[in-house]
Order: sequence, then C-alpha cells, then structure tokens
Amino acid sequence: MTMYAYDKYDQQMVDARVAEFRDQTKRRLAGQLTEDQFKPLRLMNGLYLQLHAYMLRVAIPYGTLSGKQMRMLGHIARKYDRDYGHFTTRQNIQYNWIKLEDAPDILADLASVEMHAIQTSGNCIRNISSDQYAGVAADEVIDPRPWAEILRQWSSFHPEFSYLPRKFKIAVIASQEDRAAMRLHDIGIELVERDGVIGGKVFVGGGMGRTPMIAPEIRDFIAAEELISYMEACLRVYNRHGRRDNKYKARIKILVHEMGADEYRRQVEEEFAHMKTLGIDPPIAELERIAAHFAPPAYETGLSDEIDRSDPDFALWVDSQVTAHKQPGYAIVNISLKPVEGIPGDASSAQIELMADLAEHYSLDELRVTHAQNIVLPYVKKADLYTLWQKLDEAGLGSANLDLIGDIIACPGLDYCSLANARSIPVAQKIARRFSDAGRQRELGELKLKISGCINACGHHHAGHIGILGVDRKGVENYQLLFGGSGAEDVSLAKIVGPGFDEDGVVDAIEKATDVYLANRSEGERFVDTYRRIGMDPFKEAIYA
Amino acid sequence: MLEFYSLRENGETNEQPAVTLEAFAGQSNATAVRIEPGEDARELLPHLGQIALVEVNFPAFGDGRGYSAAAILREAGYKGELRAVGDVLVDQIAYMVRVGFDSFAPDQPLDPAVVEASLARYADVYQKTIDARLPIWAKRHEVASA
Amino acid sequence: MRILTGNDLATGDVTWWTGTGWSRHIEEAVDVGDKGEEIAQAENAARRVNVPYVIDAEQDANGVRPAHIKDRIRALGPTVRLDLSLKPADPAIGNWVI
Repeated sequence: MTMYAYDKYDQQMVDARVAEFRDQTKRRLAGQLTEDQFKPLRLMNGLYLQLHAYMLRVAIPYGTLSGKQMRMLGHIARKYDRDYGHFTTRQNIQYNWIKLEDAPDILADLASVEMHAIQTSGNCIRNISSDQYAGVAADEVIDPRPWAEILRQWSSFHPEFSYLPRKFKIAVIASQEDRAAMRLHDIGIELVERDGVIGGKVFVGGGMGRTPMIAPEIRDFIAAEELISYMEACLRVYNRHGRRDNKYKARIKILVHEMGADEYRRQVEEEFAHMKTLGIDPPIAELERIAAHFAPPAYETGLSDEIDRSDPDFALWVDSQVTAHKQPGYAIVNISLKPVEGIPGDASSAQIELMADLAEHYSLDELRVTHAQNIVLPYVKKADLYTLWQKLDEAGLGSANLDLIGDIIACPGLDYCSLANARSIPVAQKIARRFSDAGRQRELGELKLKISGCINACGHHHAGHIGILGVDRKGVENYQLLFGGSGAEDVSLAKIVGPGFDEDGVVDAIEKATDVYLANRSEGERFVDTYRRIGMDPFKEAIYA
Repeated sequence: MLEFYSLRENGETNEQPAVTLEAFAGQSNATAVRIEPGEDARELLPHLGQIALVEVNFPAFGDGRGYSAAAILREAGYKGELRAVGDVLVDQIAYMVRVGFDSFAPDQPLDPAVVEASLARYADVYQKTIDARLPIWAKRHEVASA
Repeated sequence: MRILTGNDLATGDVTWWTGTGWSRHIEEAVDVGDKGEEIAQAENAARRVNVPYVIDAEQDANGVRPAHIKDRIRALGPTVRLDLSLKPADPAIGNWVI
C-alpha cells in the first residue's frame, strides 16, 4: 500500500485520546459531567446520540485505508454493532447501534490499527477529504494526500480552533477534474504547479446546508512551506468573526459572503503576515517525510493491457466500474455499494471483510472510500479484473452503475437521523427499483442523483444533477425536487423545480424528467447538460402537466 | 474542588478588579482588564507593558473566541496573568493552557485530580503554539525551538 | 395523551416512561399528563434516562402511537431494516410507522 503509517508520536496521540475519552465517559456515567458538558467532548470523538442509539463516526483520513484497517471496521460492526456500517459523503464510516459504555473500547480497537474517531463531529476541523483516485489518476499534478496528512495532523487537537462557530471541512485535490466536491467545502485546496513548484490554490467559503455556496478563490498560490501559517490565518479570522448568534448562519461561507471575499482575503493576509513571524510552519522535510509514505508502489511491468470481454456481464461491469490507471497494465476498480434493493453506502460486516481480503490480494492492500459512498480498489492488475469481478458479484458488490441514476447518494435520513425531517432511503430504493433496468440506466448515462432528508444537506442534494430534499409538511413527509447541481469542476447549485411531492410522486416526476431529457438531448449531452441548455420550463411543464 | 486555579509561579495571582475594555481605553492607570467574546484583543497590544492581568470571559464554554484572544496577546509578548473566567470546564483547561491562559476562575469548581490528569494527558503536541512545547514535527526533524 | 421518552444513558436504547421506570417497549408507556417535565428532570438528574422529552401520542386499538413519525421510527426501528426493528417477526409492522 502507499499510505501514511503512524510513527510513535502519532500512535501516542491516539492512545492518549482513548484514555482521555475513557475517563470522560466514566465521569459522564458517574454523573460528574452533565449531558451538556459531555456532548462537545463526545462529538469530538465522533459519538452522536441518534434516533435509535449512539452513532459513531470513524475517521477514514482522505478516504484511504488498508486491508487490515478495513477488516477492523468489519470487526467493529460485528462485535459492537449490528453487522453493518455506513460509508458517508465525507469518506468516513458510521455505525448506528453503538453503546456509550462500549465507545472507549471501540476507540482502543481502532487505535490498535492506527485509526480513530477524532474530530469527526463537533465545531472543529473535521476529516480532511480528497480525491478517491489520488496517487493513481493520470490527470493529477501530484498525489494530494501528503498535503491532506499535514493538514490532518495540524488540525488534530488544535487548541485554538476546537470551539469554532460551527463545523469546518477541508478538501484537497490535485487535478482540474474535481472528484471531491472541493468547491463546496469550507476550505478547498487545488494543488497546482507553477514554474516547477507545487502549491495550493485556496478557495474559502463553500458549503451546502441551508444556504449553499460555491467557495470563491481567496489565494492564488500558497507554498507548502507557508501552508500552516496561511491556514491558521484563515481559521483565526473565522474563529473571531464567524457568527455565533444563529446556528444556521455560523459557517464560514456566511462570513465570507457577508464580509465579501475581498475583505476576508485582506484580513487573512494581515493575519498571515503575523503568523509567518511565529515559526509555526513545519520544515519542508516533514512534507517530504510524509510524501515518502505515498511513493508509488513497485508496479509490475510488462503486464498485458488486454481485457477479455467475452462474458457480457463482466464487460458491462468493466465499462461502468473500471477507470483508467496511470500505470500500464493496471486499472482502478470502483465497487458499488448501491445494489438495487440495498441501502446506499451500507455494507455488511461480511462484505467489509471480503473487500479487505480483496484489497490485500488484488489491490496492494489499499482501498479508498468515495464521497459518493462507494469503495475504490486503486491498484488492480487488468489480468485480475475477471476473478475480482466474480468475487464481488457473488457478494452483492457487483452492480454496474457508477455515476448512473442507480448510483444514488443518500443520507441516512429519518430512518436513522434525529436531525432529519423525512426518510431518504425508501425514496432512493424506489428510484433504484424504477430505473433498475441496466440498459435503461446506461441509456440515461451519467446522472448524479442525491437525496438529503433535511436542510443540513448531508446527501449533497444541492450538488445533484437531480437533487431531492425531504421536508416535513405539517407532520407528513414531502419531497422537493431540484435540477442542475454539480459538485464537480463544473460546479453549480441545483434549483428547485416547483411544489413538492409525496414519495411516489417524486419518483414519477423524476421519470418524467428523464423522458424530457431523452426527447431533447443533443449528441453527447448528459442530463445536466441538456437541462443547462434548454432550461427548467420543458421539465416543469412535463412534471406538473 | 478548586474555585480558582493558577499555573503562575507560586500560584501568584492578581486581585485587582478588571475594568471593561471600553473603560480601559479611557483610563490611563488601569492594570487589569476584561475582554468579552467579540471584543478585539488587539486593542490592548499598545498597552501590554502596563497590564498585570487580562481576564477573558467565556459566558458559554462553546464560544471559542477567547482562545484566539489569548493567543493574540501571548504572541504579542504579553507576560502578565491571563485568566479564563466564566463557563470554563475542566476538559477545556489543557487547550486553554496551550493558547496562553495561566489562571482560571470557573463558574463551577474544578476537580484538581482531573485538572492534573488533563494537563499530563498528552506527552506531545502536533502544533507549535505560544506554550513553548516542541511540536512533534520539530522532534521528528530535530528543529530547535525558535 | 402525553408520554415521556428518552434514551438510556449507557446503552443509547430508546426508552419510554412506564410510570415506575423505563421500558424499551412503547406499549408500556403511560400518560404523564402535565407531570412530564417534572418526571423528566428527576429521572435525568438520577441518570436513569438521558435527554428525556415529552411527546404527544394517542391510545388506539394497537396500543400507544406517537403523534410524530420520528417518534414512531424511534419506537420501532429503521423502516428500511425491519429485521433490526423491535418487531422483526411482524411483516406488516412497517405500516404502523407511516
């Protein structure tokens, strides 16, 4: 595998964190801490009190993990939960049936494989996300994960920024194609090359939720040697000035919007000039030390690039799920966690353990989690694809629907989440069922459909080619339909189509919309392209006729 | 249980009443001032030499503005007493120390055993702050403290 | 009727006030009238429940039914995994939520 490995310092930090949380939990159970006092502490260890039980969100830094770590995730599902986990839109995993009294032991188990749940919730800096094809994509200027790891360490246990106005999410990519919804993050960094030097283009103030916004560019280029000073400046301006009076106006996107990007930039530069005098940036040797963990593996050479497509089901799966690798003879495999009768992003402990095994045998012991709630095996030899597919298919992991209408992003919704207004999973299942015909899905082509069960937008509905927002309409679940969003480099925010629908109504409306698309599309146009060209009216007419 | 906690040498502390930031601006002889969240600690930077005590108020422990206020003062060279007052909970003490607080006047008393355990919990730190602890990256590359 | 619900502090289980204690089964929930807040505070302080709150419900032929769908889902389990619900053997139970 090519990923970061803890040194003794990293290990000590997570071990100390386990001991700390064990003590805090003990004090909570003994009544020395009230729930109000304990809540931010447990949130900073990823532990929510949810609809059915406690929910634990485990960090998967920039979506990268080893077979051994994946196997531990399966173990946790078996030992402490109900035999499954849910992969999230921030590349993490969630368990829904956790007991508080078990949480310290779970964190100890995670620490034994260099994992944790640190800062996966709370008003602090969250998991640093990245491109699921990092290190193996032909179009990246460099592997972005070393920068993500530097940011992970800097942001962990940060004493000044652990009680921010609200949560803070950072994404790092290194290609023009944005596979991580970077522009919809509080801070998004795109690594670019200038005169042979790699630096970051910094965007600040993106986000979804109640008021979705695309992050404006705040700095054209920041060098690696000054990254931390600059991030400190960005965060300090936010910590000082972000709104604390209204939870729905507390994200940095509101601050940047209300202050104006120019004024925010000016304040950050002023703060940055001061930060640079403090000697807080690690030496470049630290980035180099981390980057060495991500050096390309010893690829085999002279491998065949041929794929035997004689099995038609296999051929369909290859066309959908296999992406070109930068190294000849290799391929990137996308594993769909969106089977037709399944729950988007869920995997059973048996499936998780199988994927761990497959990673070890076929992918140099490494996996990725995507923000679309799927899994990637980044180092598969083309010669192994057929055997791999057979094993995936056998386990219900062989759906060929990547980026098609069946590849739905859905938050857990009211079935699991105490913040939700409506259930999202049943809608996803009805849509998947309606469009289950593989030929029909392929005909519709790339169609990113995203469902959120409430305005918090964890399902990223604002960034869906088709988005669905569940609302509570006088105690009854209702669904708003949106079109035209994108979290990719053609970033845009989806617009509401019209009055909302019940569960069956929204599925019918989507079918009518896809009919309009098929009737109107030009050569090569995706659903979102046709929508952008012809506008909302033809869709509205058909849907509300 | 501790009603007050000081990390200063000999537990020394300043007793004079702190004036508000606004009042401080109008008074040439005040040596103790209190900052509320949302007030700008930078207003004190020209006067650090005359100040013996800065209180930073935490009306609600979730309002983290006081952490930046403290860091700003210490980064500017403030050496006097820097006191966190209000809704200060024992589980926040360790981070508060890292950003420069050296005394604490919490609304609710602190368990000294928990304070001690918290301060000793982490042998190392990832970030360089004003607390002069060598961050992990410095230990990895044998960078001496600046 | 008004009933009292919360979560067990140690396990996170959804619980319902029975008049004398806390049960995982909503059928055992009792009408707390206007005493709900008082009971909630006492039980919370004693750590016999975590984050309790009062909700509206009605007594129908099938038992106690919370007014809001969210609490019905809390009472039963996720509608998309009825195998994990409190009544996995009942094939029609999903309808009770809706």
